[in-house]
Amino acid sequence: MILSSAVPTSNAEAVAGGDPDPGDLVKRHRLSTRLWHWLNVVTLAVMMMSGLMIFNAHPRLYWGHFGANADPAWFEIGSTETSGFVVAGPLRVETNGVLGRWTDQDGKVQRRAFPHWITIPSRYNLADARLWHLAFAWVLGVSLLIYMIASLWNRHFQRDLTISRAEIRPSHVWADIKDHARLRFPTGAAALRYNILQKLSYGMVLFVLLPLIIFTGLAMSPALGSGWQWLLDIFGGRQSARSLHFIAMVALIGFFIVHVAMVVLAGPINELRSMISGYYRLPGKQADAEEVAP
Amino acid sequence: MNRRELMLVGGGGLLLGGCDRLNASPQFRRILQGAEPLHDASQRLVAPGLAREYRRDQMSPVFRTNGVTRPASAEYQAHAATNFVKWRLMVDGLVARPLSLSLRDLGAFPQRAQITRHDCVEGWSAIGKWQGAVLGDVLKAAGLSDQARYIVFHCADDSNGVPYYESIDLYDAFHPQTILALLMNDRRLPMGHGAPVRLRVERQLGYKHAKFVMRIEARARIDDLNGGKGGYWEDVAGYQWYAGI
Repeated sequence: MILSSAVPTSNAEAVAGGDPDPGDLVKRHRLSTRLWHWLNVVTLAVMMMSGLMIFNAHPRLYWGHFGANADPAWFEIGSTETSGFVVAGPLRVETNGVLGRWTDQDGKVQRRAFPHWITIPSRYNLADARLWHLAFAWVLGVSLLIYMIASLWNRHFQRDLTISRAEIRPSHVWADIKDHARLRFPTGAAALRYNILQKLSYGMVLFVLLPLIIFTGLAMSPALGSGWQWLLDIFGGRQSARSLHFIAMVALIGFFIVHVAMVVLAGPINELRSMISGYYRLPGKQADAEEVAP
Repeated sequence: MNRRELMLVGGGGLLLGGCDRLNASPQFRRILQGAEPLHDASQRLVAPGLAREYRRDQMSPVFRTNGVTRPASAEYQAHAATNFVKWRLMVDGLVARPLSLSLRDLGAFPQRAQITRHDCVEGWSAIGKWQGAVLGDVLKAAGLSDQARYIVFHCADDSNGVPYYESIDLYDAFHPQTILALLMNDRRLPMGHGAPVRLRVERQLGYKHAKFVMRIEARARIDDLNGGKGGYWEDVAGYQWYAGI
């Protein structure tokens, strides 16, 4: 069933004739979307974990063109002999055991920013982390480019992610926020459409966060920053680009947490099946949603 | 630890065990290493040109030192004690006319001054002013052979007996901003920053900017030299030879 860009007045609204009924198994995700989705699970995990190791080599962030140990950092993960801490602007949080100072797999205390269980490789090695990060960066960038071209070509973006004027009305957005907060998810054919919060968050990831993290990454390259000096100018300098790269990573983790939470709340088996095989069983009314999900 | 943290750590541990095993696999590393020539070719193709040059008021108030700040060799120490008056830079290898250049000789070459950003592989950056002889002019004076593909910089410093060296290809060797810096921030290059001569190769990361340069050698290949990877950090730690990113 192709999604229409018409806006339902409520999630339970009956859709035009010919729509599938609750309980029907319907096609939901294209092959290109499914492939890209699972490739991203791997690529983004590798990028984040190897990136955190690279951060460990100099766990301070600055604004502007330059920034080193003698310059003021706006963000730092540090340690003393006995504790680990995070400083973000005026905030200072003790993070002993997790960030800054932690115990490694051999039971030895390490004074590095991110702990062994979240970095690639698990033992401190900047060269190997760069090897992973800079190779998988190609996978991330090229697959995003191919996915964008494919999604414009097959009109996935135009059909499913275009936001109509009615949808973005504050009253509609607020109604959707209230539905989400009460864990009331759309049923029947309406569940096939992205609601406004989904469109906004997927649009944010696709068109803001992923391009931002890629271009701030490129801006840190001394070679690209030479030929493409506009890269340095749009981000306000190499160290600002490094800070924005980190912030975009944190935002992507935020998206990941909410995304997984929503999948779990909306029926993880049905949702996972739709992203693997492409087929989705249309949920009925909220009360019998459990019975519909296999 | 609550259940979610436990799951996170457990899942992360599983994933990591796999990643560490992959990291140790020579075949997998070869695949990852395939990205390096891609970086080299693509960056020079799409973004040739000069590194950003900054204004005086954009310079770092403190330009930190890094790596060896005081070479241990007796020969170097003797040169330093006598203000490098007897120090000579050897330029040899695949050249028609090997050179032996004093600081005065290097100062007689056309000088280039540039305020550029130094990006360490670790992530920090510092902006400073560098001035010295353009490397391309020195190589032309020596008469580079057609067989030469790499320019190797042999340095006075070592770490645990392993000498520092670096190498670049002719693209960077003849880049107009690639200089043999004699001055930093308008003063004689301090020892911590590589006195008496430091390479500046502005399109690459800090470890390529060899300090304490004693000898410049033109070579057809670098895989038969020292550890075979073309530089100290490349041999010792596995950093990429092409450090444009």
